[in-house]
Amino acid sequence: MIQFTIRRLLMAIPVVFGILVVTFGLVRMIPGDPCRAMLGEKATQEVCDRFTKEHGLDKSIPVQFALYMGKILKGDFGNSIRFSRPVMIILVERLPMTLELGSLALILSIIVGIPAGIISAVKRNSIVDVVVMIGANMGVSMPVYWLGLMLAYVFALWLKGTPFWLPPSGRLTAGLTAVPFYTVWGWDLPVDSIRFHVAELISNLFLFNSIITQNWAVFKDALTHLILPSVALSTIPTAIIARMTRSSMLDVLRQDYIRTARAKGLMERWVILKHALRNAMLPIATIIGLELGILFGGAVLTETIFSLAGVGRMLFEAITARDFPIVQAFTVVIAVAYVLVNLLVDISYVFIDPRIRLD
Amino acid sequence: MAVQSSAVNILNARDFRSNTLFRLMLRRILKQRSAILGGTILVFLILVAIFAEFLAPYDPEDSLIGKEDIKKRTGPCIHILGCPADQPQHLMGVDGNVRDVFSRVIFGTRVSLFVGFSTIGVAIIIGTFLGAISGYFGGWTDGIVMRVMDVLLAFPSLLLSIAIVNVLGRGLENALLAIAIVSIPTYARVVRASVLSTKETDYVSASRSLGASHFHILFQRILPNSITPLIVQGTLGIASAILSAAALSFIGLGAQPPTPEWGTMLGSERNQVFTAPHLVFFPGIAIMVTVLAFNLLGDGLRDALDPRLAQVNE
Repeated sequence: MIQFTIRRLLMAIPVVFGILVVTFGLVRMIPGDPCRAMLGEKATQEVCDRFTKEHGLDKSIPVQFALYMGKILKGDFGNSIRFSRPVMIILVERLPMTLELGSLALILSIIVGIPAGIISAVKRNSIVDVVVMIGANMGVSMPVYWLGLMLAYVFALWLKGTPFWLPPSGRLTAGLTAVPFYTVWGWDLPVDSIRFHVAELISNLFLFNSIITQNWAVFKDALTHLILPSVALSTIPTAIIARMTRSSMLDVLRQDYIRTARAKGLMERWVILKHALRNAMLPIATIIGLELGILFGGAVLTETIFSLAGVGRMLFEAITARDFPIVQAFTVVIAVAYVLVNLLVDISYVFIDPRIRLD
Repeated sequence: MAVQSSAVNILNARDFRSNTLFRLMLRRILKQRSAILGGTILVFLILVAIFAEFLAPYDPEDSLIGKEDIKKRTGPCIHILGCPADQPQHLMGVDGNVRDVFSRVIFGTRVSLFVGFSTIGVAIIIGTFLGAISGYFGGWTDGIVMRVMDVLLAFPSLLLSIAIVNVLGRGLENALLAIAIVSIPTYARVVRASVLSTKETDYVSASRSLGASHFHILFQRILPNSITPLIVQGTLGIASAILSAAALSFIGLGAQPPTPEWGTMLGSERNQVFTAPHLVFFPGIAIMVTVLAFNLLGDGLRDALDPRLAQVNE
């Protein structure tokens, strides 16, 4: 398994390198001068020359790329052109939001999609099956941002004053603050140290931070703020997972070993969950790995609708503002996440089906 | 004379064969309820797009300021549902620029169908070419083409489209091109897989031994096998292309106002969702119905034309 993991990671290097090259090339092909995009059309030539030199944009493209690669290997993503702050710090601030949103959406899509698909397959051609499949077809056809707006309208306006009211935007109600766990625990971390950045990253995961600091008011508030965005974001993945589970289960339920299990007198629930589902899990696991791209793309739209300061929205704003360092760094993070999640999916195959030997 | 009549016979036989094949495929498609439902909705949408001028009561880009006594963002007014007869009828209300939303939704069908067919058309042509040469010639051509496709696939498609539109400039045409570029790898892979599975078959070897050119073998012998998966993948691709184009327009990168494009309509009025929900509701429903039609049709076609794919992907 270790050998396989190392080999897969090595195989991912050319893809990540390709992604770096494409991103680097694409952002530099965006027409217009980053200086004037940042400082406004009225910036003088002198100011712009200084700006260009400061950000290393006066060097040739290959030199810029070589310098950039050198820095990345040292873990230095440079400074944001727009915010004049280290990209690493912006990433630490923004990534947790998207991580929480994406994880919650993924969990939702798994806990709704898989049971829906199983029921649909077991009760094939019944009214439940028809309803689930109509729901799944509508789910894959729905624009995420439209669903988000409609959910906000129903839950934030219609249900105002009822216990079902949910906030339409932001991460926390004004006035509430998520005190970082390292402050609560009295840790003294030197600012700008790696430990500080890691602690910041963890404490910006509001749900996790509030659990470990046992601040339940913040936990409840952060969770209620996340419900609508994650439901909107999870719709397409849920629908895809439900469809895949159904077809995979239908395939497995036809097999002889299922008939044998039933003939042995096993309880139907046991036959479905232990014998059928486990064998049907391989394609479902694969599709879950592939959902990550949809989640990141959807995050751009969901974060815009619900005014959430996450990676997706930041990346979109950075592309539009030609903030090269942010675009590059965030793309690398997304690409690496994609590679890692799919690696985890491959490794999960061994647990799902012990006959598979990864090496 | 005899030669001529045998030629006629062959031609007739060919007609007969393609006719029965076509009928067989049609019969299989007509057995799929989802294909029938999707196809019916699609035909309806195509008719709406063709006859938009006759169906829309107002000019979709024309403001009614000074023409009618109506405030901006007024909700729907339908006479048979109790709206006073002295008020002008607007089935879906009017937008922030006092334009009739119903007319804009009707004309939006034209834009969205054009978006779907044109982007996937371009993606299929380029994808087929790349997939075909990659699968047929193999070696380093295959290596280079497929690695580039891998890199394109590793990006979340919406983010890549956003980046490409920023390079090309905002606007519907560039958004279409961006979505087409992002969709290419899917078709390249489908065609490559199909080419790989057929290039070693006996009839291709026979063609080769008869001295047929690469071009002839590829386009006359091998590629016809890719048509079925391409049709299926293309129909499903149109659905996601329409969704992506609407998303790009929603964030301001695609169709620009006053074009009656559903995503643009949603994007420009999204902050009014609490005060004028009809401006968000109707364009969204239009997107969903159109995308649903292609998804249903695609699913049905897959089940009817390619049972193997149906088992893997359903």
